[in-house]
Amino acid sequence: MRSGTRNRELAALVPVALLLTAGFAAVFAQESSRLGNLSVIYGAYFFAVCLATHIYLRIRLPDADPYLFPLMALLTAFGLVMIYRIDESLARDQANWFVLGLVLFALTIQFLRDYEILERYRYTIAAIGLLILMAPRLPGIGEQVNGAYLGVKVGPLSFQPAEFSKIAIVIFLASYLRENREVLIVGARRILGVTLPPLKHFGPMLVVWGASMFMLVFIRDLGSSLMFFAAFLALLYVATGRFSFVVIGMAMFVVGAWFFATTVPHVHQRVEIWLHPYHDPRGAGYQILQSIFAQADGGLFGKGFGQGLITIPGAHPPAALLPAAQTDTIYSLIVNELGLFGACGVILIYLLIAARGFKVALLANDGFSKLLATGLTAVFSIQAFVIIGGVTRVIPLTGVTLPFVSYGGSSIVANFVLLALLLLVSDRARREAVQPAGRDLALGVT
Amino acid sequence: MNRQIVKLFSFIVVLFAVLVAFTSYWSVFDAKNLKAQEANQRPLLEQQQIRRGRILAADGTVIAKSVARGQGDGLRFIRKYPEGALFGHPIGYSFVQYGQSEFEQSHDEELTGEESEFGSILDQLTGQKQEGDDIVTNLDLGAQRVASEDLEAAGFGAVVAIEPSTGEVKVLASNAPYNPNEVPENLNKLFKEKIATPLYNRGTQGRYPPGSTFKVVTAAAGLESGAITPETTINAPGSIDDEGHELANDFNQDWGSISLDTALTNSVNTWFGQLGQKVGQADLFTTMEKFGFGSIPPIDLPEDELSESGVVGEAGEILRRKDPVDLARVAIGQERLLATPLQIAMVAAAVANHGKLMKPQIWNRVVDSDGRIVKKLAPSTYSEPVSAKTAEELTTAMEGVVSEGTGTNAAISGVPVAGKTGTAETPGNEACGGGEEENQAWFMGFAPADNPKIAIAASVECTEQFGNDVAAPIFRDVAEAILNGE
Repeated sequence: MRSGTRNRELAALVPVALLLTAGFAAVFAQESSRLGNLSVIYGAYFFAVCLATHIYLRIRLPDADPYLFPLMALLTAFGLVMIYRIDESLARDQANWFVLGLVLFALTIQFLRDYEILERYRYTIAAIGLLILMAPRLPGIGEQVNGAYLGVKVGPLSFQPAEFSKIAIVIFLASYLRENREVLIVGARRILGVTLPPLKHFGPMLVVWGASMFMLVFIRDLGSSLMFFAAFLALLYVATGRFSFVVIGMAMFVVGAWFFATTVPHVHQRVEIWLHPYHDPRGAGYQILQSIFAQADGGLFGKGFGQGLITIPGAHPPAALLPAAQTDTIYSLIVNELGLFGACGVILIYLLIAARGFKVALLANDGFSKLLATGLTAVFSIQAFVIIGGVTRVIPLTGVTLPFVSYGGSSIVANFVLLALLLLVSDRARREAVQPAGRDLALGVT
Repeated sequence: MNRQIVKLFSFIVVLFAVLVAFTSYWSVFDAKNLKAQEANQRPLLEQQQIRRGRILAADGTVIAKSVARGQGDGLRFIRKYPEGALFGHPIGYSFVQYGQSEFEQSHDEELTGEESEFGSILDQLTGQKQEGDDIVTNLDLGAQRVASEDLEAAGFGAVVAIEPSTGEVKVLASNAPYNPNEVPENLNKLFKEKIATPLYNRGTQGRYPPGSTFKVVTAAAGLESGAITPETTINAPGSIDDEGHELANDFNQDWGSISLDTALTNSVNTWFGQLGQKVGQADLFTTMEKFGFGSIPPIDLPEDELSESGVVGEAGEILRRKDPVDLARVAIGQERLLATPLQIAMVAAAVANHGKLMKPQIWNRVVDSDGRIVKKLAPSTYSEPVSAKTAEELTTAMEGVVSEGTGTNAAISGVPVAGKTGTAETPGNEACGGGEEENQAWFMGFAPADNPKIAIAASVECTEQFGNDVAAPIFRDVAEAILNGE
């Protein structure tokens, strides 16, 4: 069983490495019509790093889900090739962050084998998560990008706290809801045909709502706010089984978001651009329109790898045709070059990750593990939805990264920590499924 | 909790399905509309990245080529016209931001290497970049230069030269010229020149009263319909009454009873006016239509840059055989009759080619970047307006014009020339500034008369001179350039 699980992981990593090799080969062929062995070398490096991680998993988490790591490695490989095709030096950074991400991944597994310990520090974790979220507004280290306060810059290092605080918030919520879910269910009252949670326990929920509204105003980022709040609702629903809570929460979010969308200029502008991109096609609406135009140019099969236009040829000074192609609009570039089929492939990978992540939650025996796996998977999936939805005009475009694919150190490192936590939960759940001795730990809920 | 987790997963599936739906909408279903959006520069920018094929003169001289600018992602191609203004017509221009015209426009597919969907997928798989093919034209560099220089000296006008046996277009010059290289800087200015209209191809778009050159068509209809033979005589007084108007000869000269040769040699109006009436509108129009009147000329240029020749009604429509016209005046190339220089050259070419009109063709082959001939254009017959016998009789009469008649300036020493002059009075022509003494001067013909190698129409507008003074010398120079060039 054990070696079988890990063997499946190994078997899945081989095609991922081959895909990366083939991707680089395609980029090189496109750029200079030469086929050196560089792509094979890159493929070998990538495979070596993945192999090391795999061996580490074999020792540390022999029973963990065998597909999650290969799926995420696949996204990383895809992202690396895509970024390399945009800018070689960015891809080098990304590769370094990939390695750094795996180191943090290993460290998380090393030191959080008993991840229940997180429950003990849940308020500390929540506080840290919220504090680092506010850091971008601090003078001196804060960084404003397109009107939103998403980054922190200390010396040469800059990072996006939202990527890390999403994990902190999920840990807190999972722990808090594990403890209070019973009272939330039992204490609920039906008022005017609507099931409302008991007021006493409603307080913390209001705090979470307030926090996401606060984010909207304070860091002015609709995307992160949406991502956090959706994860909260997902967890609330899974913990209590009360759909009405979700409806109430959604209504509160919509009212709050509407209020701030009409009063906070930056958020208001984001919504206006979303609704009327053609009002200012060369200014405010430029990015979303170019994102859509790039997709229109892709068609079913795309223009071919490396064939898409990212900058305006010959423009002085250089001007972007697809702004933020390596981060926000990388999905549009994927549609442009690989077509609808390529894009569906990417979405399918996210869907498979979501499926495996929720499988981990299903298999988990205790409430905290279940809620943690659910929350991590939900926040990851919703992040993918928020950015892909943004560039396809489903929702307003915001500066969230496409997990593992977009360029960005914080994103890749944080998401590997997220993966580590998921695998920790998975390893225990699957081991206990084999050795039913752990049954008594379960809270016996379904 | 497991039930809720499954439901949550279902919800995520729905969210992702929405993403797939939106992506499909933008990339496939709404793609056509999005590509047509004004804010969308992509289609143009992508065009710029294709190396457009060259356009070559018959002798291989490069008329148009694409020059690479920048590299990598910044690579783009810009059109250059090494011969400058010489081939502004009929080649036109092609610039991403400013559009295309004439030959560049009508042959865009070959020049950009546009392929079928299947072909482009194959190219993608093999990593081939789309590349345009070269087009070799029939245009004669030397003769085009002679025509342009002569026109510049003579005034606004056009010269069209066609090889009668094949339809190969050797010269298509229009004055005022423009330099296609200057289109990016000057397009608006060029559009604003309302009198010189340099962007307008006077050879294929410009319509002018053909004057006496049209008498060849009337004569063809007379011979073809059996209304006359070369021996038939018609009394040609100094003037005749034509539906209440007076139709007169130059200086009211009374020619008495004469046959076709004398009448054409001396361009006798009253003779041809009566011939027109004798032939009747139906037969005259039938012959005209066979020569190409009343149809878009069968030449490979964009349709909106071509004009139909014929009797033009008030709304700009071409009148047909049932519409009322002053037939005697139509017969001598007046009334509301208008013709393009290309149309008149087609008449000359049909007579020269024993009555058979070949389709005028600017190009003859498409060659890919490896030098392979991808497409070849064979000569093809457009129509047979007159019999070989009629053509021969017309040739004899037209030879008289040059040897002893109104067109002596077209004569080439040692080469028999057949032709016809035309001088249509165009008083108050706004294009010329509204002067009262303005003429449209013409010469059309072919040489050598016994074995025609070239048929030419030369037309000069806004001149106070006659066809023989200003158009016939152009004919002679261009014909000599082509005959000597071979």
